[in-house]
Amino acid sequence: MSLDLSKSLTPVCRVLAGAGLLFGSAAVMAESAVEPAQRWGVNMTPGVTEISRGIYDLHMLIFWICVVIGILVFGVMFYSMYKFRHSKGAKPATFHENTTVEVIWTVVPALILIGMGIPASSMLMDMYDDAEDAEVSVLITGYQWKWKYEYMDEGVSFFSNMRTSRGEINNIEPKGEHYLLEVDNPLVIPTDTKVRFLITANDVIHAWWVPAFAVKQDAIPGFINTAWTVVEEEGVYRGQCAELCGRDHGFMPIVVNAMEKSEYNSWLGARQAEAAELAQLIKQEKTFDELMDVGKDVYNKQCVVCHGANGEGGVGKAIAGSPVATGPMDQHLSVMVNGVPGTAMQAFGAQLNEIELAAVVTYARNQWGNNMGDSVQPVDVYNFKQAN
Amino acid sequence: MGDHGPAKGLSRWLFTTNHKDIGTLYLWFSFAMFLVGGIFALVIRAELFEPGLQIVQPEFFNQMTTMHGLVMVFGAVMPAFVGLANWLVPMMIGAPDMALPRMNNWSFWILPFAFFMMLSSLFVEGGAPNFGWTFYAPLSTTYAPPSVTFFIFAVHIMGASSIMGSINIIATIMNLRAPGMTYMKMPLFVWTWFITAYLLIAVMPVLAGVVTMMLMDIHFGTSFFSAAGGGDPVLFQHIFWFFGHPEVYIMILPAFGIVSQIIPTFSRKPLFGYDSMVYATASIAFLSFIVWAHHMFTVGMPLAGELFFMWATMLIAVPTGVKVFNWVTTMFRGSISFETPMLFSIAFVILFTIGGFSGLMLAIAPADFQYHDTYFVVAHFHYVLVPGAIFGIMAAVYYWLPKWCGNMYDETLGKTHFWLSFVGLNVTFFPMHFVGLAGMPRRIPDYALQFADFNQIASVGAFLFGASQVFFMFIVIKTIMGGKKATDQVWESAEGLEWTIPSPAPYHTFTTPPEVK
Ligand code: HEC
Ligand SMILES: [Cu+2]
Repeated sequence: MSLDLSKSLTPVCRVLAGAGLLFGSAAVMAESAVEPAQRWGVNMTPGVTEISRGIYDLHMLIFWICVVIGILVFGVMFYSMYKFRHSKGAKPATFHENTTVEVIWTVVPALILIGMGIPASSMLMDMYDDAEDAEVSVLITGYQWKWKYEYMDEGVSFFSNMRTSRGEINNIEPKGEHYLLEVDNPLVIPTDTKVRFLITANDVIHAWWVPAFAVKQDAIPGFINTAWTVVEEEGVYRGQCAELCGRDHGFMPIVVNAMEKSEYNSWLGARQAEAAELAQLIKQEKTFDELMDVGKDVYNKQCVVCHGANGEGGVGKAIAGSPVATGPMDQHLSVMVNGVPGTAMQAFGAQLNEIELAAVVTYARNQWGNNMGDSVQPVDVYNFKQAN
Repeated sequence: MGDHGPAKGLSRWLFTTNHKDIGTLYLWFSFAMFLVGGIFALVIRAELFEPGLQIVQPEFFNQMTTMHGLVMVFGAVMPAFVGLANWLVPMMIGAPDMALPRMNNWSFWILPFAFFMMLSSLFVEGGAPNFGWTFYAPLSTTYAPPSVTFFIFAVHIMGASSIMGSINIIATIMNLRAPGMTYMKMPLFVWTWFITAYLLIAVMPVLAGVVTMMLMDIHFGTSFFSAAGGGDPVLFQHIFWFFGHPEVYIMILPAFGIVSQIIPTFSRKPLFGYDSMVYATASIAFLSFIVWAHHMFTVGMPLAGELFFMWATMLIAVPTGVKVFNWVTTMFRGSISFETPMLFSIAFVILFTIGGFSGLMLAIAPADFQYHDTYFVVAHFHYVLVPGAIFGIMAAVYYWLPKWCGNMYDETLGKTHFWLSFVGLNVTFFPMHFVGLAGMPRRIPDYALQFADFNQIASVGAFLFGASQVFFMFIVIKTIMGGKKATDQVWESAEGLEWTIPSPAPYHTFTTPPEVK
């Protein structure tokens, strides 16, 4: 029953929204849900899922009810201020209570609220669904300050980092169109398919939010929250972490690439093949120079924010001259693979592959005056991970 | 005894047990904190003037948002209300002073130490608290800067100060009313503070509890909020908001009381629905205890929890609506003039109601999934706190300042201050509704390009608003220094015991209780 109510309300809201003078740009926003985003946007996006449209309609309904109440209340106020001005010699009345009107203005608002609460409750029931029947399940983990996506049954997983450069942020380079809302590896999902998100975090609380899907769910360490969506239109959808999670909270965007099922499948196939290839590569021996090259890349992408461009430290300790980077290999590997619990130094074992780990360790041991002269092979990292 | 004056010099202020002196101390302290918190806000707005990082780095930006919130809530708004209560409650109920004058001195004088400690953490290694004024664990525990311990200690002191202040207010109201001043004859400001004081006593210990649990997690190896040790980060939020939601009513109920004094005076008509105003305040206070999780709709509560907290929250709109309707009806068929306190009070009613509307929208749980943690929320709570709490306080200052210092403020200056503040505030906070709905998360030091225009406007408004408060300070000081002498009655149709005593109010008033008919 409650379901029907929300459906029957929808067209009403549409009409209201369509008539929106204040919120005239609502229609524009419908397209901007894809891209590029509009400037001067003043309203929520109706989005590209049934739920997001339902929420949008509900939002507009409540908004217009508030507008009407506001016009009535403020109307009486402004009328009084104009009509009963002391400067115009208004004589004050003396009435100061009336139980009937008190009852009326208690009961009538209560009824209006019930009118709002019913469609809201039914909407909520539609949203609450453990999505056991979803065809695709993605485990989303929030890290300081990136997201990890793991396709539960497909053996594919990767990290998604912001791609906007520090130069753009620091106003040295021109800002691109998707400034702060672009990532290296977007989440890819099929359209017209129920997708389940299992959301958690590795360190502090984050929140995974994509406005166009109306999915916002806190990512809490030690808990797994569920959300789901069925995206109806292909496109690139952008969102951000919505819960303050430390320094780079503003810099952990979310990009979702929704594509047709067949395209999605071939994307997934390619990813799986890559993973298999990687497994092969790990077994190969790397030269010292190869490791140093890859290590430099990894360092500049993953480590530089905390450890500084010259290993001088910052949020993290200095790498130059560090007792770890110039100490026993096992201890160095352990810091890299397991992190230093309770500090910003994360467990990179889950974030970097064996080649990257071997490379960055080798790099750290032979840069900025660290002169160990040794190196470590991907397969050693693999063995270390297995053993620890 | 009765007629001796204040002690001379600094010791007057250090050792005073006089409710008027202590009220003054609270008010100046709160104004100082208002300026400090305002500077933090301007750092935020300056950084957000344009996309990109220009002025501060994200670490410091987070310290600014955190300190702005903490200083404004605990340093500016709450002490200002306690200061007003100190000045006004005894004078309104015909009492010679507060019931517990020595404790009164103590509850004020520990505050500067608390804030000194908290603010000094801006200069220590690792920086000030940077986890938001809501200090969610584990960001505020395992991942916090070392200064979090100072913050915890400061919160304990502030809490002790608030609890002592509340006990004092309750004791005064219950015991020191003049003969004939029955509960249902008390001015509404007294009523709203009476209820607020109970809220404070109920929730401040909860806040103390939650920060103590944090302290244990950080230093003594417990795992209340750490999932790795079997704890629960969501527990933190439940406890925090069990304090935090009543806290927002603590910051608004006394302002309700203030405008309920002012609107009748300048409408020259008694307050409409006194009884229902009292009952509405009490209902709001009660409901404020059962709605806390509406701040947590996205943490993954079960459906039943979402429904309960949504309906309970919507219910608060009923008594709040009653209050607004009563104010409007008080004005209806009155004889209205627009002195500065009245302008602030009218703006209070209108803008607070707008904040109430966005609050109602936020209460709608499904929609809150889109609103939560965006600038829409920032717009909402600034609409209830700035034109709500802050305008209430300013209205009170203009209204009672002539009684306090014996001089009338300059009406033209007062009105100018009002209009500057009014425009500044709306230019600052209204666009935040737009960027919030369009998808801008709160607490970010930098934003995507499509939010640039409205952010720029908001920043301009913020500087206007900030500058007008310096102007406010000038007006108040000018009034204290001199000006047209105020009559005892001050306002033509003001009613209440405080208007029966001379202006400025003598150091000791009502040493023999007045008779209230
Ligand atoms: C989010 C910030 C952060 C990032 C990113 C980060 N680290 Fe760290 N790192 C730290 C912190 C903090 C410490 C110090 C931990 C402690 O207190 O022992 C640390 C410690 C280390 C140490 C041990 C230093 C010592 O002398 O104890 C090494 C080695 C290290 N990091 C390497 C790396 C590498 C390589 C990367 C990139 C793959 C990286 N870190 C990325 C924050 C970070
Ligand atoms: Cu985050």
